[in-house]
Amino acid sequence: MNFSLERMRRSPVYYSFINNKVAMVSAAILSTLLLVSILAPFIAPYDPWDQTAFDIMDSEYPPIGSSGADDRFLLGTDDMGRDMLSTILYGTGISIAIGIFATILQAFMGISIGLVSGYFGSRLDSFLMRIADIQLSFTTLMVAIIILAVFQAAVGLNSYERYALLMIVLVIGIAEWPQYARTVRACVLAEKKKEYVDAVKVIGLRPMRILYRHILPNTFSPLLVISTVQVANAIITEAGLSFLGLGMPITKPSLGSLIRNGFDYIFSGSWWITFLPALVLIVLILTINLLGDWLRDVLNPKIYK
Amino acid sequence: MSLLQVNNLEVEFPLLSGKVKALKDISFSLDKGERIGIVGESGAGKSVTAFAILNLISKPGRITNGSIWFDGANLADMDRDQIRNIRGNKISMIFQDPMMTLNPVLTISTQMVECLQAHRNLPEAEAKKIAVEKLRAVQIPAPETRLDQYPHELSGGMRQRVVIAIALISDPALIIADEPTTALDVTIQAEILQLLLELCVNFNVGLILITHDLGVVSQVTQRTLVMYAGSIIEQGPTRELISSPLHPYTQGLIGALPEQTTPGSRLNQIPGVMPSLQDIPEGCAFHPRCTLAVAKCQHQIPELKGKTSRLCACHLVDDADA
Amino acid sequence: MPDTAVNQPMGPALISIKSLYKEFNISGSFLEELGFEKGRPVRRRESVKAINGVNLEIQQGEALCVVGESGCGKTTVGRAVMGLIDPTRGEIHYAGQRIDNLSAVDRFPYRKKMQMIFQNPYASLNPRKTVQATLAEPAKFHAPELNETQRQEKIVAVMDSVGVSPKWAKRYPHEFSGGQRQRISIARALMVDPEFIVADEPISALDVSIQAQVLNLLMQAREERQLTYLFITHDLAVVEHFGTRVAVMYLGTLCELGNCNEIFHYPRHPYTRALLSAIPKLGSDPVGHIKLKGEVPTPINLPSGCVFHGRCQFANDRCKSEAPGLNRTDNGVRVACHAIEENRL
Repeated sequence: MNFSLERMRRSPVYYSFINNKVAMVSAAILSTLLLVSILAPFIAPYDPWDQTAFDIMDSEYPPIGSSGADDRFLLGTDDMGRDMLSTILYGTGISIAIGIFATILQAFMGISIGLVSGYFGSRLDSFLMRIADIQLSFTTLMVAIIILAVFQAAVGLNSYERYALLMIVLVIGIAEWPQYARTVRACVLAEKKKEYVDAVKVIGLRPMRILYRHILPNTFSPLLVISTVQVANAIITEAGLSFLGLGMPITKPSLGSLIRNGFDYIFSGSWWITFLPALVLIVLILTINLLGDWLRDVLNPKIYK
Repeated sequence: MSLLQVNNLEVEFPLLSGKVKALKDISFSLDKGERIGIVGESGAGKSVTAFAILNLISKPGRITNGSIWFDGANLADMDRDQIRNIRGNKISMIFQDPMMTLNPVLTISTQMVECLQAHRNLPEAEAKKIAVEKLRAVQIPAPETRLDQYPHELSGGMRQRVVIAIALISDPALIIADEPTTALDVTIQAEILQLLLELCVNFNVGLILITHDLGVVSQVTQRTLVMYAGSIIEQGPTRELISSPLHPYTQGLIGALPEQTTPGSRLNQIPGVMPSLQDIPEGCAFHPRCTLAVAKCQHQIPELKGKTSRLCACHLVDDADA
Repeated sequence: MPDTAVNQPMGPALISIKSLYKEFNISGSFLEELGFEKGRPVRRRESVKAINGVNLEIQQGEALCVVGESGCGKTTVGRAVMGLIDPTRGEIHYAGQRIDNLSAVDRFPYRKKMQMIFQNPYASLNPRKTVQATLAEPAKFHAPELNETQRQEKIVAVMDSVGVSPKWAKRYPHEFSGGQRQRISIARALMVDPEFIVADEPISALDVSIQAQVLNLLMQAREERQLTYLFITHDLAVVEHFGTRVAVMYLGTLCELGNCNEIFHYPRHPYTRALLSAIPKLGSDPVGHIKLKGEVPTPINLPSGCVFHGRCQFANDRCKSEAPGLNRTDNGVRVACHAIEENRL
């Protein structure tokens, strides 16, 4: 695709972005979160995954500003003596990574199935969409709980910790492919009727080439929109799983695990152990959703014309 | 006394690149029962003119200048309630595609009755009687049975007749028809045009017919306005305008019709394209495409004027008249 | 019997359409087809009978226009000829060779000879491809012997010939007007140097002054490249100007077929007469057109006998039960009408 900075600046998408404060602020916050989580190994004051680096004697220090705080720990420490700032930085990274990888997996599966289903139609389409319907009737959370609980029981806690990330990505990824498949299929059905598809058929191109080189690029807009929603969903699903004890283990915590970890301490006074990771999670999901809303409005083809 | 008097109407649309004038200094009048046509290509501003009369220009576009006098009041100055009283009541509008105009999930009866009840306090039975009357007037067979039907149960021609019936339902003084037959087949088009003509003559209703088809205006209208790039460039009695057009653009439009050249030879095409509203050239908007353009045309915008009922905005015509 | 008309169609038949029938099944899934009649399960099938027995030959070098109103099947005929849809019954031949039953691989060489231009300029170009990419693609597949430079030269030459400046080759379709997009579509069709072009309402969606430009372009291309056209349109003025022969269709059936000159000056079939009288002519009275009775019947349940009998003022009992054949009258025009055959008209 032909891309240039000049073209981007002239586009209506850019114009809409510049004029939308909500979109700009959300983008700024989200980029900051992304950046710090990528740079976490370099900027975090401590390494929360190093089981030897923290000391139970350092536990439950409040954040700077409250009485009893310790200068070494900016946001305080949790019940194991780990630095809150560091665990949150790493945890955000894990949450985002799970969100992105799970979405990539579902996208890959869903797009492939949706393309074929929409283009070739008839029995293949009916069959694939019935499978999608069946899959959709099982909620992702329920499926994930069952699979992860069984897995955890089967391999034991130590092995579980090693494969947790992979398993969560796989489960969420595979459970959610119908979302992509349906969106792509609807798009393909609409594009299939357009005359430029007839034109390339008349040139004699093969169906696979038509699908991947001609129709697929025209489905990017709605795919982009649902991707933001799906990333946010994946992060929340994982947070929910971790909260139930089936997600990331406490040794490599995601934001959900951190929230769970601090839950027991809310009423005993150490509110920051749950509250701070929860705050970051809320901001993360909120900014992704707000950007997704803006994206959906701006990519709306009716406005485009 | 004219029914409708439009004076110096201007409509602007703010776009990414700046403000754009969709209508420039539009002035024309319409007498009671008179039928005029507005002809032009897409982008010329004919639909904008129609929408402006009923204050239907979607924001952020707005009327920036001028007045629209109807029945002693200026439509351009009215607030929402006042203009709502005019729409569908004293001035009706017919759009191009009847399938889009009619709500597919409501019966014909509902759509007609609600139009009546929006302006008058009538019991439903009474309103239905008037609806049947109007359906009969538009020559729909068995009108009582149509009331409970849905739009998709009727053919395209019948739907457009229903739309016309709805337009007539409050006995308006003026109907604005925006490309009413463009979406219809040729044989149906002929019937609908004849129907419109008969109704306007019989009920003494004024008509503004907007179209790109010169054949259509020549059959239905008494006067025609030709628009180009947001301005009226020629005006006059339809028969005369078509048989001896003054403005080079009008001449080009008529000349480009296949009937005007021998079969098999090249059509007389007007070179170039109508400029988009953001790129209107200086002077006469048509001059880059005009084979007769002189130096004056590049700098001075010609005024719409003429000695008789034939008005033309062209320096060459003006000079020849003098 | 050879045609004795004044304008003889030139050359041998390039395209032969033989007894073409096309039905579109609209019954839905198997479950939707099941119904009960008199207590027994029955399978109900509904179909749109788009084409009902069309026989047509297109001579090399001519511009055959197919006219009719919406639902007459003219677009379906064009798509069947191009292989975009498969006939339910009947055959399509190209230069004596049957092509409708070929596999995709066998059909490929014909794709170079036959091309199509579509109605909607806003949907006929891929919005995600530059003009350059759209034009290069047909050349890549049908002229693989050209290297990059030669292909580029060809693109420039074809763009010039359709009147779109080659320096805009890297732009996207949405940056062009409707008329320019249609020119680019024509350029795409011309890239493979075809012999035969199906033009499906190519100018209907354009402004009046642009229509003249594009029509001139099509005429020029025909002369320069000796093209044969199947021109589908509802605009009779264009037909009279552009076509050599015209075929009038109604509900999937041919009503009348003959030279444009003949048919426009002396239409015979009642439908052709009504159609021609309905065209709004400059400076004419609106009351002059022939009124047709009733509504257009649905192509799902075709009328028996002559498909036009329900709307025709000359219909008799024979018209209601027996479908007329396309018979030759004087001057080489073929008409499908009992009334004409019986000299009642």
